Amino acid sequence: MNRKLTYAFIYVFLTISAFVSVFPFYWMIVGSTNKSVDVNKGKLTFGNQFLENFYKLSENFDLGQVIWNSIQVSLCVVVFSLIVSSMAGYGFEMFKSRGRDFTYATVLLTMMIPFAALMVPVFRLMTFLNLIDSLWGVILPMIPSVFLIFFFRQNFQQYPKEIIMAARVDGASEPRIFFSIIMPSMKATYAAAAIYAFLTSWNAYLQPLVIIQSQKNRTMALFIANLASGYQPDFGLVMMAVVIATLPTLILFFALQRYFVQGVLGSVKQ
Amino acid sequence: MVAKGFEKIQDKWGWIFISFATIFLALFIFYPLVYSLYLSTFSTKGIIKNFVGLGNYKRLLQDNYFILSIKNIFVILVIQVPIMLFLALIFAFLLNDPKLKLKGVYRTALFLPAVTSLVAYSVVFKMMFSTEGLVNNILINLHIIKEPIRWLLDPFWSKVTLIIAMTWRWTGYNMMLYLAGLQNISQEVYEAAEIDGAGKTAQFFRITIPLLRPIILFTTILSTIGTLQLFDEPMMLAAGVTTGSSVGPGNSLLTPSVYIYNVSFKYVPNFGYASAISYMIVIIAVILSIIQFRVAGEER
Repeated sequence: MNRKLTYAFIYVFLTISAFVSVFPFYWMIVGSTNKSVDVNKGKLTFGNQFLENFYKLSENFDLGQVIWNSIQVSLCVVVFSLIVSSMAGYGFEMFKSRGRDFTYATVLLTMMIPFAALMVPVFRLMTFLNLIDSLWGVILPMIPSVFLIFFFRQNFQQYPKEIIMAARVDGASEPRIFFSIIMPSMKATYAAAAIYAFLTSWNAYLQPLVIIQSQKNRTMALFIANLASGYQPDFGLVMMAVVIATLPTLILFFALQRYFVQGVLGSVKQ
Repeated sequence: MVAKGFEKIQDKWGWIFISFATIFLALFIFYPLVYSLYLSTFSTKGIIKNFVGLGNYKRLLQDNYFILSIKNIFVILVIQVPIMLFLALIFAFLLNDPKLKLKGVYRTALFLPAVTSLVAYSVVFKMMFSTEGLVNNILINLHIIKEPIRWLLDPFWSKVTLIIAMTWRWTGYNMMLYLAGLQNISQEVYEAAEIDGAGKTAQFFRITIPLLRPIILFTTILSTIGTLQLFDEPMMLAAGVTTGSSVGPGNSLLTPSVYIYNVSFKYVPNFGYASAISYMIVIIAVILSIIQFRVAGEER
């Protein structure tokens, strides 16, 4: 095949694929401005129901509370998960010993276990801890992230060991080295990890579904699921809720995209 | 002596640094895993608990719902995962070309679906694929079909919808991992191939795929585990479509995770039986991962 033709074909293929990827986002936003009937009929143009849908959603449901619940869960998971996972990744990478290598291998193996398999015991445990229907019951099990431990360890591999040695010679304590030298200098890694932790917690469905029982403690995902699975749902409202749930993740992604790409690339690079 | 003392202190700090994560993992993964094994030897109805030994596992092998749920995810594993990974490889290969323009735009556009919540995108797809909805309108206007397809009301088409939806959501994510892997392959390899007259197709099959093998294995395992835990998408696509307890038309969207959830929380809760199903899933995940490791190892 002629080279120019090959490239023309590649551009067409990529453009169509990119269009298919982005189109549902467009349609979701369009849907939030339309009436239920129009969404159901697949209307492709903007309507004038945007404010109407928003008012209906916030008047009929405790939208503010739902969003606040999701924010609380996500913030706690991001903060705790980053601290705990990066400390572990650092510990595994910088202080090597046979016992810890074995522990690490065991930790990695647990990546294979689906949450559904842990659902019942976690529910029992939360009942025992009296955390059923509480946001902490959602947050705590999401803090240990095997993926993030792995991710941080991979990224710490590239950290120059000489700096740590020099700090030790200067008499800095180990926690001080970690918290005031390493942490501030690994911004890209932490930003990428933060996006990952935010996305997982903000979007989590099964775990809150098992733990949360009352309306007032619902998170965004539970709310949308509820709204969409009811009898004859109002599709305009559903789309509005979907837009509200998706917007923060989009903003975060675009704001931190550079770090995110860097972080992902860093973790797979060896 | 001094060195030894230093090592001891170092060792102590090593354990301290990993301790928090280890405690959390022990509490929320290891303990549940062990407890689940114990629980799987009981039949429970509410608070009544009877020891049945391997009874739950015997019951599983004759449970048509369980067998159907396994069949359903195997269809996804065999059809959706290869399509998605192959597409992701092609995208990564094309976007790795230094001569290509608008790389960043394409990459962002293709990756964007990966930031959506599983519940949200499933709901959007459910609306797009409704019988009188968008996708059917487009297909009818393009004269590809004459009659609307009953996407979510037909056992076959509901699986097709699920496969399309999952491919949309996850292809860009896998592409990103491949792109990261391709960073390690020097562009010179491709330049040399081009000088030797190798076309794009030859470069893709002879260079990209063999050199990315470890990451392909990694993504295959991730996708396998992901498919085994499939929950949000079938729950959303099936919700409100059929009456009764069927998950999708004729239980076409019933997955093991949905079944575990239903056995534990929807029907009369039987935690013991649910735990047995859970264990089967863990065992299947481990077996599939071992097979994939073996296959990848042999081809080397």
